[in-house]
Amino acid sequence: MSTVFLALQTNEETRPIIEAILQDNPGAVVDEQPAMVKINAERELIVRRETIEEITGNDYDLQSLQVNMITMSGNLDQTDDEIRLFWKA
Amino acid sequence: MAVAAVSKYEFAPADTQDKFHGAQLLYIGWEDHLLFCAPFCFPFPPTMRFGDVVAGPMQAAFGYHPDFARIDWSTVEWLKSGKPVVLDFDKSLADNGLKHKDVIRFRTPGLAGIKGSCS
Amino acid sequence: MDMQVAKKKLGLKERYAVMTRGLDWTPSYQKMEDIYPYMQYEGIKIHDWDKWEDPFRLTMDAYWKYQAEKERKLYAIIDAFNQNNGHLNVTDARYVNTVKLFISGISPLEYVAHRGFAHAGRAFPGPGPRVACLMQSLDEIRHAQTQVHSISNYNKYYNGMHDFHHMHDRVWFLSVPKSFFDDAITAGPFEFMVSIGFSFEYVLTNLLFVPFVSGAAYNGDMGTMTFGFSAQSDEARHMTLGLEVIKFILEQDPANVPIVQRWIDKWTWRGYRVLTLVAMMMDYMLPKRTMSWKEAWEVYFEENGGALFKDLARYGITMPKCAEQIALEKDHLSHQAWSTFYNYAAAANFHTWMPDEDEMAWLSSKYPESFDKHYRPRYEFWREQAAKGNRFYNKTLPMLCQTCQIPMLFTEPGDPTKICYREVDYKGDKYHFCSDHCKEIFEHEPEKYVQSWLPVHQIYQGNCFPEGTDPTVEGFDPLAAVLKYYNLEFGRDNLDFDISEDKKNFAEWRGQATKNA
Repeated sequence: MSTVFLALQTNEETRPIIEAILQDNPGAVVDEQPAMVKINAERELIVRRETIEEITGNDYDLQSLQVNMITMSGNLDQTDDEIRLFWKA
Repeated sequence: MAVAAVSKYEFAPADTQDKFHGAQLLYIGWEDHLLFCAPFCFPFPPTMRFGDVVAGPMQAAFGYHPDFARIDWSTVEWLKSGKPVVLDFDKSLADNGLKHKDVIRFRTPGLAGIKGSCS
Repeated sequence: MDMQVAKKKLGLKERYAVMTRGLDWTPSYQKMEDIYPYMQYEGIKIHDWDKWEDPFRLTMDAYWKYQAEKERKLYAIIDAFNQNNGHLNVTDARYVNTVKLFISGISPLEYVAHRGFAHAGRAFPGPGPRVACLMQSLDEIRHAQTQVHSISNYNKYYNGMHDFHHMHDRVWFLSVPKSFFDDAITAGPFEFMVSIGFSFEYVLTNLLFVPFVSGAAYNGDMGTMTFGFSAQSDEARHMTLGLEVIKFILEQDPANVPIVQRWIDKWTWRGYRVLTLVAMMMDYMLPKRTMSWKEAWEVYFEENGGALFKDLARYGITMPKCAEQIALEKDHLSHQAWSTFYNYAAAANFHTWMPDEDEMAWLSSKYPESFDKHYRPRYEFWREQAAKGNRFYNKTLPMLCQTCQIPMLFTEPGDPTKICYREVDYKGDKYHFCSDHCKEIFEHEPEKYVQSWLPVHQIYQGNCFPEGTDPTVEGFDPLAAVLKYYNLEFGRDNLDFDISEDKKNFAEWRGQATKNA
């Protein structure tokens, strides 16, 4: 069992992002800690720009997630449209 | 193995005996008494009588523990570098074969720390 | 036919390629090995530097933009914190001791990391890693500065932080984090990247920042929480780069695998030993606990590191062998560390204390295998003695490990009643170690570690007294002289929390904040 995770600050900017992540990753589990939300998933976790934009109704640049990230685990691949965290084995 | 380096890598060790103003280092640990978090490090002249080490600096360092006053020194087992050794209270450190940076430990049979917890 | 077509904005991948490739040139009148003299001697073989890719694909322009945003957020909160006497909102004044530990033990390392990444960036011929090192070097100096700014507010009110950098270079226990980083920056650039970039940032940094920062949040310290999160947002990027470094080096040449494995083994252990300070911070110094050290280790190392090393197995990399010993120590580490600082409370820049009944109950519940059996009797004895006015202050200097420089406080793997002693004879001198792992690290590079600046030995050599001190005069008090050399004031910066000025002041100020005088 290999878990990937992404931890974000708990704030107004990350609320729709977390919602989008849970929508796009049905197996993801939220772990709320003081001032921090950690999202765990088996093997893979995807953050999609389009889903965030649908929720907020605004354009979103995935790179601005840099500001609110706390930590993560897994290999990462980022494009304009998505951030993918994954383990290969 | 040797350090990987771009040129010759040779530096003097930091703690050779000549740097301690005539003293040598002796480390002393008391088995089963972890109230003292770690063994102690002392600088002593090699000519110092071992019995004076026990009665002076060791008493000062370990004396806080209620077990220390109860030690029967005739039953104490000494270890040097983990191996049993006989240490003569009347001989000097040097004559007891104790050299710079040697480590000795003592076990006090029947005494196992606060409520037998090895503290 | 010429048609004016609006130029499409480049995608992230193209932007990254444009900003990090083809920026270098092939020298015509200098040899490559003269320009990059540190590329060969560690034995690492790199065939194609362009294979390096930052998975975030962050370019310098975007970097400045987001860093500026982070700074604006941070300083807005620091201002609010200061304007509202935020320091009086922490759970109790014991908490501030974690901040003291941080500013004197960790913040100076951020600055050294800044230098280290600047140096590594200069040493690598590939523009991709140069850009990545540049960003990380800037991040690290930002961390040092924002930590100093945030914590300076505490320094106005509490003791022990007034000369943190001076202390970092001198105080006995601070030689542990200091020598750890000095060891890393004096290695070659590849080992530096594996030691700090991978082993520390990727494998271990979660254990430093996440508990510390959420601990700050949980204990009402908004200032520290904010700089912590601001730094941590960079750490997430550092971790990703750390993993990328490893994969890049391993993919370049199979001959790199055993070298990298040895570095991972060494630096995971070295880093873990430094985290001893974090373990005791989590279990003892936070008035309100978030999780125990043991729980944090299980989540962030065993689970997470387990997944990581399973993923790296395809390169032939295995879990560092020290993990077995660490698993045996997790029930004991924080208690043994706290006992040590309780012992040496007269010589540190922060206060220690005995946990109260509730806290002991918490420790028992988190450490059912070890706490009541091994540590509670010791603590109860100390508490009784303190109540009788006989608080234990150990004034005899401890024996230190030659490699990690920590007092020899660790017990034999599997036997928490026996101190673990290891030794090596090298060129006519004896060297002592806390563990098999520290011993192996020494044996691999004895020439390096015979130079260790061990605070205890340095004191006995007479090198830790203020200039002009004569240790031969009658009635010479070595502790007083050493504290002067540390720039610590006896009775103010050190000793038990219970009798501290911090405790007294905090109670008074909090009273003023809630009542009309």
